[in-house]
Amino acid sequence: MSDTILLAHGSGGKLSHDLVEKRFLPFLANPALNKLDDSAIFEASGHLAFTTDSYVVNPIFFPGGDIGKLAVCGTVNDLAMSGAKPAYLSLSVIIEEGLSLDELEQIVQSVKKAAEEAEVSIITGDTKVVNRGQADKLFITTSGIGIISPEVDISGANAKAGDKVILSGTIGDHGIAIMSQREGLRFSVPVESDCAPLNKLVSQMLEASSRIHCLRDPTRGGLATTLNEFARQSNVGIVIEEDKIPIMEGVKAACELLGLDPIYVANEGKLVAIVEPSDADKVLAQMKQIGYGREAAIIGEVTAKHPGRVIMKTKLGPSRIVDMLSGELLPRIC
Amino acid sequence: MKFVDEYQNSELARRLAHRITNRSTKTIRLMEFCGGHTHAIMRYGIRQLVPKTVEMRSGPGCPVCVTATADLDKAIALAHLPEVIITTFGDMIRVPGSYSSLQQSKAEGADIRIVYSAIDAIETAVANPEESVIFIGIGFETTAPTIAASILKAQQRKIENFYVLSLNKLTPPVMKALLDLGEVKLDGIIGPGHVSVIIGSHPYEFISNSYGVACVISGFEPLDILLCIDKLVEQVENGQPKVEIAYPRGVKPEGNSKALQLMEEVFEVGGADWRGIGTIPQSGLKIRKEYERFDADKAFSVSLKPVREPKGCRCGDVIRGAATPPECKLFRKVCTPETPVGPCMVSSEGACAAYNQYGESCE
Repeated sequence: MSDTILLAHGSGGKLSHDLVEKRFLPFLANPALNKLDDSAIFEASGHLAFTTDSYVVNPIFFPGGDIGKLAVCGTVNDLAMSGAKPAYLSLSVIIEEGLSLDELEQIVQSVKKAAEEAEVSIITGDTKVVNRGQADKLFITTSGIGIISPEVDISGANAKAGDKVILSGTIGDHGIAIMSQREGLRFSVPVESDCAPLNKLVSQMLEASSRIHCLRDPTRGGLATTLNEFARQSNVGIVIEEDKIPIMEGVKAACELLGLDPIYVANEGKLVAIVEPSDADKVLAQMKQIGYGREAAIIGEVTAKHPGRVIMKTKLGPSRIVDMLSGELLPRIC
Repeated sequence: MKFVDEYQNSELARRLAHRITNRSTKTIRLMEFCGGHTHAIMRYGIRQLVPKTVEMRSGPGCPVCVTATADLDKAIALAHLPEVIITTFGDMIRVPGSYSSLQQSKAEGADIRIVYSAIDAIETAVANPEESVIFIGIGFETTAPTIAASILKAQQRKIENFYVLSLNKLTPPVMKALLDLGEVKLDGIIGPGHVSVIIGSHPYEFISNSYGVACVISGFEPLDILLCIDKLVEQVENGQPKVEIAYPRGVKPEGNSKALQLMEEVFEVGGADWRGIGTIPQSGLKIRKEYERFDADKAFSVSLKPVREPKGCRCGDVIRGAATPPECKLFRKVCTPETPVGPCMVSSEGACAAYNQYGESCE
């Protein structure tokens, strides 16, 4: 058998079946998937949350993860941020011909590992193979279904004046890890992506308080963009304090070097929560119990002043407006 | 990493700001040459820390911004030549030229790739031997040595499909041009940090000697900038303008001789066109005859339509320090980072982008 993906792997014929049965099923097996029917049949009741996302990250392997882990964590996190308990995922893979089967296997292994950690099942999937140049090695789309308790009401539009802003840990790790891998920037302390499933962290937080108003994972656009989304959706102002925001030394150094502001750099394993002030300490304490929330911190609060605007008290004392990310993050030239 | 937090210490910043306030009696105007300084000043709210007597203006130190529209048009035309790959710093691709932008050309099928340095462009040339790889060489003395090094490397490795469109510019001549113009009265200049790492402080002596203007070279951390402002205020108050280095961990008076040698080897000084200023003699770097086979200007010919400058855009005035971004009628109304009219809104070092992103204080 060839050790790379051929167009024939996408023909729908024997090689396609081999691909699914030898490269995917052994790792992702579960009763719904194993049937290989046209649809997966499953039971669910109550309120459901449904989400989808596509993953085209370049490079597909990066420090701290790969596109497979990202595709599971990203969709799991989108469900978790609505307060849903992720249950089932679909996995759709578009492969560029020529991808090595070893690389594919590594990625499927990562999917398996991440799904196990998040306790979700991949119950349906699809594979396509395209000509060289029509995709960049591998694209993945995952959709997810989660179950949501009727009393949970989490939305970006729920922030109220006085609420506290909690960040679950250090920012910018994923963006800097990708950028340094993609551009061959080498730092003495390598920065790893924070890519992680946050559903267990969220369920612990929901146990600690029923008054978590907003939850979101600050992925592309970073912390600044997420806070601006909350401020606009809820028509409130948000004030954060720069020196309360946890940042790893390596990320800080890389950002200084490249002229980037870490509040705009992407994360894949962090969340921002807007919480009723009286419950904030309780939620924070609970978050710190869990690995992915160990470095959580209250970084600011919601205010009735300057609705729609995020203001940051800088380390030096003065305040400045924090806008959404516009355009791409690019290092300085001068 | 050491030496980041140390230069962002709020207590020291407060003390420095206090010292500046105590020292400052005269109303003065300072220009920060570098776009990087403008961004740091806005990002840390330094304008709010210094007394009202100290006015700050942004200067021409944004490589993307000062690139003339005609030069940008040329880069765009080169991108449309068959079998050509354009390699460029990222900011350039979004700047509108007379009729299009590199980004637009890319969407139309031109092969345009973002690189982080000219050395990366060499690797693109090696990987694509059938194509001509042209690097759009913008920047000041900071990028010029690496561009020179890339040309030497291409020669050494006998890479025959690598070219540079040399638009590199020099900082002392533009400072002289602005001072000669006399349009904005300046008492002091926050000298460029990274440029000075390369060229040292000696090339700026004329600023204080001939024009009586203070010049202090600064790093990019908030304490660097506050220390620089403190020294500038001190000089102006004492009536003793001179060139000083407030960034000694990066800058030596004589600069970096190795980098200067590289530049000298590959480039010669010639006239250059600056957006908003025009042609300044002896302010650009041209590729020497010995290396002309790498010169995109010599190797390719493109026909260009007449240059059209965007109506109402005041980037030229902003670059000269004659206007602040909010004084432009298009600022934040027609011209935003999503729909930029001029380069100062596009570039991560542009003054309009800084004013837009960090805004003014709210409290």
